[in-house]
Amino acid sequence: MKLSKRIFAGLATASLAVTVTACGGSDSSGNFDDTVTVGILHSLSGTMAISESTLVDTEKMAIEEINAAGGVTVDGKSYKIEYIVEDGASDWPTFAEKSKKLIDQDGVPVVFGGWTSASRKAMLPVYESKDAFLYYPIQYEAQECSNNIFYTGATPNQQSEPATDFMYKRSPAAGGDFFLVGSDYVFPRTSNTITKAQVKQLGGKVVGEDYLPLGNTEVAPIISKIKVALPDGGIIVNTLNGDQNVAFFKQIQDAGITPSNGYYVMNYSIAEEEISTIGPEFLEGHYGAWNYMMSIDTPASKQFAKSFKKRWGSDRVVADPQESAYNMVYLWKQAVEDAGTFDDNAVREALVGQTFDAPQGPVEVMANHHLSQTVRIGEINAKGGFTILEETGVVEPQAWNQKHPSSKGYACDWTDPKKGEKYRM
Amino acid sequence: MQLFLECLFNGVAIGSVLLVAALGLAIVFGLMGVINLAHGELMMLGAYSTYITQLIFKQVPFLKPFYDSYVIVAIGIAFLVSGTVGILLERTVIRRLYGSPLETLLATWGVSLILQQFVRSVPLAYASGLVVALFFGLFSPLFISDDLLSGTKSKLIRACTWGFSALLGVSTGGILSSLVSKLSRASARNVDVTAPSWMRGGIDLVGITFPKTRLLIILITLISVLGVIFFLDKTAWGMRIRAVTQNRPMSDCLGISTETVDIITFGIGSGLAGVAGVAVSLLGSVGPNVGGNYIVGCFMVVVLGGVGNLLGTILASFSIGIMTDLIGAGRLLTIWPDMPSPLASTIDFFATTSMARVMIFALIVIFLQFRPTGMFPQKGRMVES
Repeated sequence: MKLSKRIFAGLATASLAVTVTACGGSDSSGNFDDTVTVGILHSLSGTMAISESTLVDTEKMAIEEINAAGGVTVDGKSYKIEYIVEDGASDWPTFAEKSKKLIDQDGVPVVFGGWTSASRKAMLPVYESKDAFLYYPIQYEAQECSNNIFYTGATPNQQSEPATDFMYKRSPAAGGDFFLVGSDYVFPRTSNTITKAQVKQLGGKVVGEDYLPLGNTEVAPIISKIKVALPDGGIIVNTLNGDQNVAFFKQIQDAGITPSNGYYVMNYSIAEEEISTIGPEFLEGHYGAWNYMMSIDTPASKQFAKSFKKRWGSDRVVADPQESAYNMVYLWKQAVEDAGTFDDNAVREALVGQTFDAPQGPVEVMANHHLSQTVRIGEINAKGGFTILEETGVVEPQAWNQKHPSSKGYACDWTDPKKGEKYRM
Repeated sequence: MQLFLECLFNGVAIGSVLLVAALGLAIVFGLMGVINLAHGELMMLGAYSTYITQLIFKQVPFLKPFYDSYVIVAIGIAFLVSGTVGILLERTVIRRLYGSPLETLLATWGVSLILQQFVRSVPLAYASGLVVALFFGLFSPLFISDDLLSGTKSKLIRACTWGFSALLGVSTGGILSSLVSKLSRASARNVDVTAPSWMRGGIDLVGITFPKTRLLIILITLISVLGVIFFLDKTAWGMRIRAVTQNRPMSDCLGISTETVDIITFGIGSGLAGVAGVAVSLLGSVGPNVGGNYIVGCFMVVVLGGVGNLLGTILASFSIGIMTDLIGAGRLLTIWPDMPSPLASTIDFFATTSMARVMIFALIVIFLQFRPTGMFPQKGRMVES
């Protein structure tokens, strides 16, 4: 059954390739020998559309840049990259369904897609059963390591761990108690389990934690709890999602939970895009931790921001998720060129060890299909950006977190068949 | 004492958001028996009206000095905008479905999806223009003498008023989009209403901080509730509405225009949703989905209070508000610090926002097992019974 499906998929790819080539003959772009079609799968409607459409914009931009520079060169032939954009509609089963469509019907060699962990978890079985490949660009809770997914976002040890360390040791609230608040789904809960373990190791105290159900914006009880738990200020770790942040920051400011009163919020889901929606006047003086920040003062970073603004409008901003999306398109291109084929198994092997001079600085694909990258801690300023306070060197990703009780001592290595998804170190 | 006051204030603050949101629904669902799933989207239109009003006050030179009072203007505008859209909804969709609740439910759900997508895909300037056109198109016949409207040229006159309204709408859209650049492009992005400076921060009294926005929302709620009670109890149209609620065919026989009553009732209910939208926009962000977050809570309040009873709605929303704070913030643990540990750990388990919600829903379900018609059931001979 599986075999016949494969053959069918293969035939579909072949026939598609023939049609595409046939069309390509009459195409005006005579510089390319052939074309290759990739899949882009993000939400273009529903609640996640606001965030995910920025990734589609970035991926299109990366593809256009690659095409303008001569496309992908495989076996001496140059290929123009074309793309099919599918809408995941903020609905997790739709992501799985559209993945099947892209793999079986369109025969794409790679899909760039996803944002929420829920959408990734829904897509994972599809890619594993079809042995296809998904490139996923968002910082996430880790505790997962698939042979069929390539993760270019940060793992907790590349975001929340350095951030907790900073808050406890070097922030104005250093040594203070922690209060954890997040939306009620997998990322905040896993991330906070790790933070709790880490705070304990550091000798600090977590005095409270609360989760707001998705879609709920009534934060008054949480504010009461924060005031009871932290009467004289302290550290708040925030993993709320999207709109809930707006309600949270508007109301904590009214309730007097502000940096001037000794309360400092560390955020893992607020980037430049979100700052402009929430309003910098509510966020000034609080913190964020990311791999990429728009205020990074290097030519590569400036060029990235400049090209994005040029392509999509001068009022647009770039943020960490977009940078990850940008990197993954380039890394795929490099891996394909090294492998000399679009075949995903060969590309997967070639992918590990790829390096890229990303807007954030050098990144490298590790054996666990994650990226080693730089971590930055920034203070949100009145202009709506981050003032970068700290910058680590390149940090290697941990797919299995070393502070989470369920994964301590485990790692992932896809280059060694004996090790694989989860082995004891 | 301080703890008690804080808990009471928080409860009232949460309850008044629920109440102002549910008030319009209490009228539409309670009095007319219409299950309007687009109620949340009417709130959303109110929230967007606040946003647009704020931008206009910020950009238009001669309104700039009055920027601080835009919220008050926004309340009126939101009432008119949501009321107009509500009346249009009643005229086109709901009027044809009276007496078939399931179809109304499906149709209004469809309308809610349409409205959500509408604000995503249509530039807000032109959306405002459309509402202006609708407003004048629907209401201008009221100011034209009946002789003209029933005369031989009635069709021509009606066409003229609509043409005039359309022109007005298009020009409003054009002027807005050229004045305020943010309104000229469609965007699915959530927008933000910033409270004027006099409404930011809080008032410190007896060791408790009372956030000013919360106080304002309580005030808005109070005024809305008093207004509705006054309208229903003291005015002629209020009396007609109550008469139609109690016995529609009899009221019809006695010469009450039930059709006009339906329009007025639905218009006011929808307008109140718009006012609720202003309140909600001060607390969180404004987006196409903002109404969806409140719709379940609204229905819960109306059902718990007893359908058709305003006092029940008021009590229900405040009791849900106080329970949310009591359970969600783990107040009992602070009041009684050394309670037996099994009890303490149970209370601690429910002292998160998610679990408090679960607990409150469970309590409501249990309550409705014993009092299926809510706190204050409708008494007397209803036509349906």
